Amino acid sequence: MADPKKPAAGAAAPTPAAPRQNRLGLTVVDYKGGKTTLCAGCGHNAISERILEAYFDLGVPPERVAKFSGIGCSSKSPAYFMTRSHSFNAVHGRMPSVATGALLANRTLRGIGVSGDGDTASIGIGQFVHLVRRNVPMVYVIENNGVYGLTKGQFSATADPGSTLKTGAVADLPAIDTCALAIQLGASYVGRSFSGDKKQLSALLKGAIAHRGTALLDVLSPCVTFNDHEGSTKSFAYVKEHDEPLQEVSWVPAFEDITVEYDPGTTVEVTLHDGSRLRLKKLEEGYDPRDRVASLARLLSAQQDGDVLTGLLYVDPQAPTLLDRLGLVEAPLATLPAERTRPPPAVLDAINDSLR
Amino acid sequence: MAVDAFDVAERFQTPVFVLSDLDLGMNQWMAEPFRYPARPLDRGKVLDAAALERAGGFARYRDVDGDGIGWRTLPGTDHPRAAYFTRGTGHDEQAAYSEKSDVYERNLARLKRKLDGAREALPAPVLTGAGTAAVGVLAYGSSDPGVRESVAQLAAERGLAVDYLRVRAWPFARAVRDFVASHQRTYVVEQNRDGQLAGLLALDLDPALAAKLRPIPRTDGLPLDARTVTDTILAREGR
Repeated sequence: MADPKKPAAGAAAPTPAAPRQNRLGLTVVDYKGGKTTLCAGCGHNAISERILEAYFDLGVPPERVAKFSGIGCSSKSPAYFMTRSHSFNAVHGRMPSVATGALLANRTLRGIGVSGDGDTASIGIGQFVHLVRRNVPMVYVIENNGVYGLTKGQFSATADPGSTLKTGAVADLPAIDTCALAIQLGASYVGRSFSGDKKQLSALLKGAIAHRGTALLDVLSPCVTFNDHEGSTKSFAYVKEHDEPLQEVSWVPAFEDITVEYDPGTTVEVTLHDGSRLRLKKLEEGYDPRDRVASLARLLSAQQDGDVLTGLLYVDPQAPTLLDRLGLVEAPLATLPAERTRPPPAVLDAINDSLR
Repeated sequence: MAVDAFDVAERFQTPVFVLSDLDLGMNQWMAEPFRYPARPLDRGKVLDAAALERAGGFARYRDVDGDGIGWRTLPGTDHPRAAYFTRGTGHDEQAAYSEKSDVYERNLARLKRKLDGAREALPAPVLTGAGTAAVGVLAYGSSDPGVRESVAQLAAERGLAVDYLRVRAWPFARAVRDFVASHQRTYVVEQNRDGQLAGLLALDLDPALAAKLRPIPRTDGLPLDARTVTDTILAREGR
């Protein structure tokens, strides 16, 4: 009997649909990475997919992207998206200084850091706070699962007090809210999302890539091996049940001239640095992500109530970045010829004379 | 020295540690005027997009020149084959993750070739004396003024002629080995509780040469003084 799935002998083979191309003429395959070695079902894999799709949809050349990470399950994930982008796997918790240096050396690079709650909120907190207060222009994704997955699941500093491990151990210290910290210290685009919310995460990532400044996204990404049980506040079930989205987020690229009528009472539209727009349909009455003080207050109340507040928490598209504060030249420092980077001998003579 | 350090870091693709000490860092010192760098910055082996196109690609950690140093590209090089992944784990020549023993061993052997190649490219040791004395003294860094004064004291007070080699970099130049080989005994003077310079030398030298080392580690929190060195060497020499 003929296989119904195969064309009959003599029939022309169907032409496969041409893969979708972005505005550079690249297909999504050009944005792929290596095969993941993370656990099946790990939220981090979904985030990697959203990241590469976002760069593909925005039409960012992969060669212009620099990926950074520290140590941990999360920090392995840059190997699983965008092989055509340079990537640096830094020492544990030290990704911010490597990223800052690389992005100052070449300001035309589009930086993305992928870190975890351990890499950011524990060993790397000292570097993290300085990255955000400098408003280093880059996307900083925290894949937050509340445990150290790579070392067999101890609590991290973002574990909520009262939550339990499989062993029965109870978290008894206050959780660090990386979003609140980032807003307080000067990050200019701060959002929280969930690896299982494809639509929201995609829109927030695209906005983050389009934004100029530190764009921090804390993405709840359940650890299926060590922290997805009853009693955990970072499990799929808990996050789904307690997800409190502030808005319905959609992103409108600058290269698509879409005009939509909206009621300013129900929708906030934020124009980002590259002319693209984030359209935020309010799900919570009165929340304005441009109000820094109110966003901090709302985060604190969500923490008290055990809610997972998601969406765009805070944004300031005009905040000066580290590049502005340093007054860097437009041309990348890495490509400047020596005659433009080395001061003439007279400058050294003047220094020597001043010390005599 | 900072200019040299950056050149070495880029040429050998390795971090460079410049040693200082509290006395140098916290106090005002007289110094020779700083000299304007005579040569351009050395970026080492860097492939740009055009070179990459001509080569048809590259493998970040492949030792094509036999010196253990692979070619690299800079982030932002506009070529689809420019990117590589700098990772903290075991990796193959293509910078891809690997746990294979032979790959790991090959990589470590390459790094050894690279470090060995750096020996003569680093600041060379400085010899004081004719090089023909029976006794040598070896030191580094800010021990230098105290040791030079001690060398003068040994000659003036007891007529003991010694040669002094000031080591200025690790991995050690071949001249360090030759110095130890050409002296019957070499005192290794350092401001360090554990005698770490002597330890590094012992690791680097053949056992027969390592046996010629006479460590003089000293730590009292103060800059090294000549009298201590002189008296220690005289006691050890039975003079």
